[in-house]
Amino acid sequence: MDPVISLSIGGLVAVGVYMFLAHDLPRVLIGFVLFGSAVNLTIFASGRLGATLPPFVAPGADALAAGTSNPLPQALILTAIVIGFGLTVFALMLVVRANREFSSVDAADLNAAETPIDTAKSPIPPPAPLAKKAA
Amino acid sequence: MSASLILRVSAPMLLWLPLAASLYVLLRGHNEPGGGFIGGLLAGVGLIFHAIAFGAAPTRKLLRLAPTSYCAIGVLLAAASGIPALFGAGPYLTHLWWFPDVGIVLPLGTTILFDAGVYITVVGTVATLFLSLMEEETL
Amino acid sequence: MFSPVWFILIGTAATLAATRIPRAVVAPFGAASALALFAMALGYVGTIGDGGAITAPFWSVPSLGIAGGLRVDGLSLVFLLLIAGIGALIFIYAHAYLAGDPRLRRLVVVLILFMTAMVGAVTADDIVVLFVFWELTSLASFFLVGYDHENPAARRAALQALLVTGAGGLALLGGLIPIALAAETTSLSGILAAREAVLAHPAAIPAMLLVIAGCFAKSAQVPLHFWLPNAMAAPTPVSAYLHSATMVKLGVYLLARFNPLYQDEALWQSILAGFGIATAATGMAMAFRETDLKRVLAQTTVAALGTLVMLIGIAPDLSIAAAVTFLIVHAFYKAALFMVAGIVDHETGLRDASALRGLARAMPLTALAATLAAFSMSGLPPFVGFVAKELIYEAKLDLGPGSVALLGLGFFVNAATVAIAAIMSYRLFFGAPTPTPNKPHDPPAAMLVGPIILAVLGLIAGLLPALLGGAFVEPAAAAILGRPIAVPLKLWHGFNTVLLLSAATIVVGVALYLAWGRLVPRFKALRVVDRFAPAAAYERGLAALIALAETCTRNIQHGSLRGYLRTMFLVLAVATLATLILRGGAAWPAANDLTDPRLLLFAAMLIGAAATAMARTAIAAVLALGLVGFSIALIFLTFGAPDVAFTQFSVETLMVAILAAALLRLPLRRTDTRTAREKLGDAGVALIAGIAVALVLASVLATPFDPRLSLWFGENSAAAANGRNVVNVILVDFRALDTLGEITVLAIAAFAVAALLRKGAAK
Repeated sequence: MDPVISLSIGGLVAVGVYMFLAHDLPRVLIGFVLFGSAVNLTIFASGRLGATLPPFVAPGADALAAGTSNPLPQALILTAIVIGFGLTVFALMLVVRANREFSSVDAADLNAAETPIDTAKSPIPPPAPLAKKAA
Repeated sequence: MSASLILRVSAPMLLWLPLAASLYVLLRGHNEPGGGFIGGLLAGVGLIFHAIAFGAAPTRKLLRLAPTSYCAIGVLLAAASGIPALFGAGPYLTHLWWFPDVGIVLPLGTTILFDAGVYITVVGTVATLFLSLMEEETL
Repeated sequence: MFSPVWFILIGTAATLAATRIPRAVVAPFGAASALALFAMALGYVGTIGDGGAITAPFWSVPSLGIAGGLRVDGLSLVFLLLIAGIGALIFIYAHAYLAGDPRLRRLVVVLILFMTAMVGAVTADDIVVLFVFWELTSLASFFLVGYDHENPAARRAALQALLVTGAGGLALLGGLIPIALAAETTSLSGILAAREAVLAHPAAIPAMLLVIAGCFAKSAQVPLHFWLPNAMAAPTPVSAYLHSATMVKLGVYLLARFNPLYQDEALWQSILAGFGIATAATGMAMAFRETDLKRVLAQTTVAALGTLVMLIGIAPDLSIAAAVTFLIVHAFYKAALFMVAGIVDHETGLRDASALRGLARAMPLTALAATLAAFSMSGLPPFVGFVAKELIYEAKLDLGPGSVALLGLGFFVNAATVAIAAIMSYRLFFGAPTPTPNKPHDPPAAMLVGPIILAVLGLIAGLLPALLGGAFVEPAAAAILGRPIAVPLKLWHGFNTVLLLSAATIVVGVALYLAWGRLVPRFKALRVVDRFAPAAAYERGLAALIALAETCTRNIQHGSLRGYLRTMFLVLAVATLATLILRGGAAWPAANDLTDPRLLLFAAMLIGAAATAMARTAIAAVLALGLVGFSIALIFLTFGAPDVAFTQFSVETLMVAILAAALLRLPLRRTDTRTAREKLGDAGVALIAGIAVALVLASVLATPFDPRLSLWFGENSAAAANGRNVVNVILVDFRALDTLGEITVLAIAAFAVAALLRKGAAK
C-alpha cells in the first residue's frame, strides 16, 4: 500500500505544481490548493498509515490502546487545513482586488510593484573616472 | 445575490441547526471528535447559508459586532486562558482543572476557554472572508 | 587617575552634546573635549613611564566569549596623546577655517565621534572591541571625506576610502577570528600571552596574512595606497587630522600591537619590510608627480607610513625605537604642514605649488611655522626629525650587508623628503612673490595656533631627546617588542657613518629640489603609470562589480511570478533529490495490501486533480477541486483521523462556496494560455517536484517509525490533561502556544481580507 500512496501523493504534487505555474491567477490559486492538500497528506502519511482506530483514549483507560492511529500528525494538519483555507481565501481576494485594479487576472499584467528591468536602458550609469585633481 | 424561495424558507433552520451542533461539537471536543476548529467551521457554514439566503447586511446585523471583532475576541480569549497558570501553577498556558461535585462530578478546565477562543476566531474569520467577498462591488 | 572607560564615555557624551550646543561654539567645544581627553592621558604618563599599564573592564559579553576590557600601555599612550592633542588643535583650526560654513556642526560632531573611535581602538584590549572601533573610524572617515557631498569627486573619494578600508576591515576580521579561536580568548593581552598556541594553529599563517592585509588597507600600503591621495577631497582640517596623525596610523598601530606575536616569523618581517620600503619609495616617487599642495603632502604621508611599516618589520630594538620616534615626529610636522597648506589655500585661493612663491612677506607667521616644520621633516639638527632619521639609518646599518636595498631606497626616500620639505617652506614662502587670486595675509590666530605649536614642539623635542625617549619612546617600544628596552635618544652621536649619510641626504635632497621644476612635468607625463596603477584596477573592479550586480538583478529579480515559482519549485525539488541521493538513495517500502479498498480514494483524488488541470470552465474546475478535497477527507476518515476529516469536510464546503462565488465573476480564460513549449517546461518542473516528494515519502515510509513522541501524548493525554481526544488535547493543551499562534495567523488573514476589500478602497 505504501508505494502506491507515495506515488499518488507525488502525482497530486505534480498536478498542483503544474497548475501553480499557469499564467492566469485563478488557475494559480487552484494549484495552490492542490499543492497545500498534497503537503498535508505527506505529513499525515509520514506518521504511518497502518492503524484505523481513531486516537481516543477509551473511557476509564489511562493510555491509548495499541492499534490506534498516530495523533501527532493529525494535530499538525488540522490547524494547517484551517490556515490553508484562510490563506487561500486571502489569495483569492488579492486576485479579486487585482482584477478590480487592473482588469486582468494574468500574472504577467500585474507588474505595477515590480517593473521588469529594461535591458536596453541600464538604470545604473557607469562610473565616471575619479577626478585627478581633488576639489 | 438572490436566493430561491426554498433556500429562504429553510435558511433559519440551516442557520440554527449548524450553530447548535457546532456548540455541541465544541463542548465535547476534549473527549470525543470535535473541538474549536471543527465547531467554528460548522458555525461558519451556518452563517454562510444565512448570508446567501438573506444577503450580507442581515447577517452582519445578526452578528451585532463586526466580524473582525470576533477574530480579536477569540484570540484574546485564547491568550487569556493561559494567564491563570502564571499565578503559581506553572508556565503560561498550563491549563488548570477543577472537579466540583454538584450531584455528578463536573470536570471544568481552562482548556474550554482556550477552545472557545479558537471557535470564536474561526467563526469570525469565516464570516469576515465570506461577507467581504459578498460585498465586493464588482461581483 | 581616571579609568580608561572615561575616555569612551566622555567622547560619546561630547558627540551627543555637540549635536545640541549653539553652532558658534561647537568647534571650541570639540577642542575642549579633546583637551579633556589629553589631560586625562597626561595623567597616565608617570605610571606608564615606570613600565606599568592601566586596565579597565569594558563591554564584556561572557556568553559570547568576549573578554572585553581596555588597556593603556606605552604604545596606547603615545597614540592617545597624539589623537587628543592634535585633535584639540584641529578643532581650533577648523573653527576659523570653516567659519560661517553651515555644515560646521556636522563636521565637528563626526570629528568628535571619529576621535572617540580612535581612542577606543587604541585602548581596546579585546579584538571585538577593537574591531568595532576600527570599523567606526572607517565609517566616520567616509562622512568626513565626503563632507563636500555635492561634489561628485568628493563622494567618489569617500566611497573609495570606505570600500578599500572596509574590505581591509573584513580581511582583518577574517584574520582575528582564527587567532581568537587558537588563543581561546578575544583578549588582546591574552592572545599575546598565548603566543605558542596561536602560532601552532593550522590557520596561523593565513590569519597573519589577513591581519596584515587589513592593516595595509587602513595604512595605505602598496598596492592599496591609492585611496589616501584621493581622500584629499576632504576639507583641510580633516586631512590634517585623519591622514597625517590618526586614522592611517591605525594600521601601523595594529601591526605594532601584534608584533610581539609574530616578530620572530621570517614571513612577517620580510612582508612588512618589503611592502614598507616599496610603499615609501612609491609614495615619494608619486609626490614628484603632484603640484597640488595637499596631494604632495598625501603622497609623502604614504611614504612615511611605508617607512613605519618597514621599521616594524626589521625587528631589532633600535628600529622599533626609530619607528616610535618617527611616528611622533611625523605626526608633528605633517599635521603642521597640512594646516599650513590649508592656510595658503584659504588666504590665497591657490593650492598649486608651482604657481606660489614668496608668501613670507605677506604671511610671516605662517612662513615661520612652515619653516620650522620643514626643518623637522628634512631631519636637520637640532630638530626632532634629525633624531628620528639618525635612528632609522642606524637601525638599517645594524642589519649588516643584507640591507643594501633597504638602505639605498631609504636614502632616496629621505633625500626626496628633504626636497619636498624645501618646497613646502622655501619655495612657497621665499623668492619673488607671484600674483594670487586673493591678497595674501596671515590668517586669524586660531588657524596659526596649531601649526606653530606643533612646529615648536618639534624643536623642543629635538633639544630634549632624553625626555621624549624616557617618557614615551621606551614604554611604547617595550609594548611593541613585548619586553622592556633601553634606547637612550641623543641629538648628537659624534662623527660616524650615520652622520655622513645624513649629510649626503641633505646634499642630494637639495639637488632634487633644484631639479623639481623640471622633474614634475616629466613624471606627470608618464601616463603609463596611471594605466597600470592599482587605482585603475580598482576602477575596473568597481565597474565590473556594478555590471555583475545589474546582470544578477536582471536575471534574478525579473518580476515574473511564473519565473520565481519555477525557480523555487525546481530548486526545492532538485535540492531534495540531491540530499536523498547523497544520503544513500531512496528506499522503497514493502508493497502489501494492494487490494485495500481505501486505495480507490487515492485514485478518485488523482482523477479530480487531473480534471482540474483539464477543466475548461471555472465551475468545472471548482467541482473537480471539490472532488479532490472530499476524497482527501474520506482518506482521513478511513485512516483513523475523524477530527481531521471533519475539518477537511467543513473547509471543503466553505471553499467550494467561496471559490464558486468569486471565480464565477472572474474572467477565467477558457483554456490555459500557456504555449505548448511553456506547458512542456512546466510539466517537466512539475514532474521533478512530484518525483521528489514521492521518493522522499517512500523513503520515509520504508524506515522504521520512532513512536516515542506519539506514545508520550497517548499516555499523558487522559492522565495529565483530563482529555480523551488526544488530537484535541495536543491542540489546546500540550501545544497550546502553537495553536494560539495559528489562530492569530487566521485572524490576520481575516483582517487583511477585510482591509483589501474595504468599501471604497482605492480604485
